[in-house]
Amino acid sequence: MDVVKKINKFTPYMLLAPAGIILLLALLYPIGYMVYASFLDWSPSQHIGQAEFIGLRNYINLWNDAAFFESFGVTLKFAFFVVVLEMIIGVGLALLLDREIRGMSVLRVIFILPMMIAPIVVGLMWRYMYHPTVGVFNRTLKEWGFESIPWLSDSGWAFYGVIIADVWQWTPFIFILALAAMQGLPRSALEAAELDGAGEWQKIVHIKLPLMLPVLIITLLLRLIDAFKVLEVVLIMTNGGPGLSTEILALRIFRTAQEFQELGYSAAMSNILLILLMLLTIAMFVYNKIQENRASKMCAMIEKG
Amino acid sequence: MPIIELKNLVKRYGSFKVLHGINLKMVENEFTVFVGPSGCGKSTTLRMIAGLETVTAGDITINGNSIINLEPKSRDLAMVFQDYALYPHMNVAKNMSFALRLQRAPKAEIKQKVEAVAETLGLTDFLHRKPGELSGGQRQRVAIGRALIRDSGTFLFDEPLSNLDAKLRGKMRAELALMHQRVNKNMIYVTHDQIEAMTLADRIVVMHGGHIQQHGSPQELFNEPCNKFVAGFLGSPPMNFLDGDVISKNGVVCVEGDGFIVAVSDEKGKALNEQKSKQITIGVRPSDLTYSEEKQALSNFALRVVVSEYIGTQSVLLTKCFTQDVSVELKSDQILPKNKILNFTALADKVHLFDRVTEIAI
Repeated sequence: MDVVKKINKFTPYMLLAPAGIILLLALLYPIGYMVYASFLDWSPSQHIGQAEFIGLRNYINLWNDAAFFESFGVTLKFAFFVVVLEMIIGVGLALLLDREIRGMSVLRVIFILPMMIAPIVVGLMWRYMYHPTVGVFNRTLKEWGFESIPWLSDSGWAFYGVIIADVWQWTPFIFILALAAMQGLPRSALEAAELDGAGEWQKIVHIKLPLMLPVLIITLLLRLIDAFKVLEVVLIMTNGGPGLSTEILALRIFRTAQEFQELGYSAAMSNILLILLMLLTIAMFVYNKIQENRASKMCAMIEKG
Repeated sequence: MPIIELKNLVKRYGSFKVLHGINLKMVENEFTVFVGPSGCGKSTTLRMIAGLETVTAGDITINGNSIINLEPKSRDLAMVFQDYALYPHMNVAKNMSFALRLQRAPKAEIKQKVEAVAETLGLTDFLHRKPGELSGGQRQRVAIGRALIRDSGTFLFDEPLSNLDAKLRGKMRAELALMHQRVNKNMIYVTHDQIEAMTLADRIVVMHGGHIQQHGSPQELFNEPCNKFVAGFLGSPPMNFLDGDVISKNGVVCVEGDGFIVAVSDEKGKALNEQKSKQITIGVRPSDLTYSEEKQALSNFALRVVVSEYIGTQSVLLTKCFTQDVSVELKSDQILPKNKILNFTALADKVHLFDRVTEIAI
């Protein structure tokens, strides 16, 4: 009887095991490989077994690598600017377009199109639009009698050029999530606010935004995580230049492995990025957990009366 | 206090007409209850008064001035919503003081008003709780408090008790009646529950199909319903309706149908004689039927008791009058045998008469 019970208890786990093991291997093997590689002095021509184990030297070198810190700084600056701009524009658009107008569904689809284009294509598109002589921006500026702008060839402008492209592509993401959150808001609370004397702006500040906050925070963290990993668009548009002005971390990792052929060193960089993203992810989970706990606490209190 | 008047008010959603020209004048300090089945346009009317729905045609005036182009906030109204519509992210004090804070009232004044309202509603201990941490009844109180604190001339209630359980509903109903006596303001109240309407209203407005069927005091509507709909809607258990024809028996005008005959009062008899159609539906309230051991020649209902529902002091008998259902309300100590045909009688002036085709009272 006891044996049967035990078997019964373990059966579900046994049935789940194959999938679980494959999943673990698929996840852990590459990550473990990368962590292990970060302790090696390893060039692409070598088999991983032939590489020399150098302990923490890659990390120590990173600590003293001014170029790494510069690109880390560029990444932080890039992520900060794009996420702030995208949040403001995305939420602003959602506030404007959250109403019943004829043809609104078509307009919404058009708004989210940029997100559906492959990043490589976005990079190419913007590179052509930014082209110093035949690009649409400079041609237009010239037609209107302004000086042309060195969009991608000046280290100051290039950074903003990359930001504009990213904002163009990813604002829709925030827009659709904010719009969904807004349409889920309790209508009667907004009507009550109207009767209480709130104008449009006061409704946004006092009711809409605070109620959307949980969704907005998750959206922000998702975008932040994504912004730290951005690669293709920048690679195509500027390849990190001029100088190191647009060399974001993912691009530096790519070039360290590809051009400088230092696999161990780039693995160490990847690990730093991974830790950073992990922190952000954990922050997101913690925030979710807090929200859930608060909700369940409320439910419990209501049941008690 | 403001006098609100609805003038030929029409509401149309696309080609669908919800309100067909409503006319009503609400007197000062009156508790007006709009009652009717769902979809009758009562909530729409209230929301139009509040300014949450546009007016298709007609006018709404307060003290003679049209308000249909005013923003909701400029109409001097406070409203309590069916789902309470509290601000989930604000605590009770903040919820109640929202309007005052928007007006930038002095902090001390806000605090004093919040405390006073919380005191009357028994919310003092909950001022720092969020709506999610309150029970349904407490949330309802906060919603009422939020309306009270504004000190508006008119209060609007949109089915405020329908989300509460039966016991709490009874309690809140009594509290609302008390509040009306105390604050002495216009109250416009929408409900589908005729008991709420009967107990709370100074004046009931019965709506059906986008028309006002009848309005007046609860007593007027209960005793003199103008048509079959109003007669059947007010009162619980509802009025019995039986089809019959006008006949004359020994010189007395009677209505006779399968299993019953009733003489009508002289006044109604005259009206019946003037009436073209002799096809009549009579209406008798369950409480107006009484058991009689002997068959009365001029007022007799032959009823067969099918089920007896005991509800305490009173019992409701579900009976058959030939094939039609009739319910009778009796004192519970009067025990009658089931499945036997018994004789019941009703006073002539308690019998309502309706034209069977137009359903209008005679």
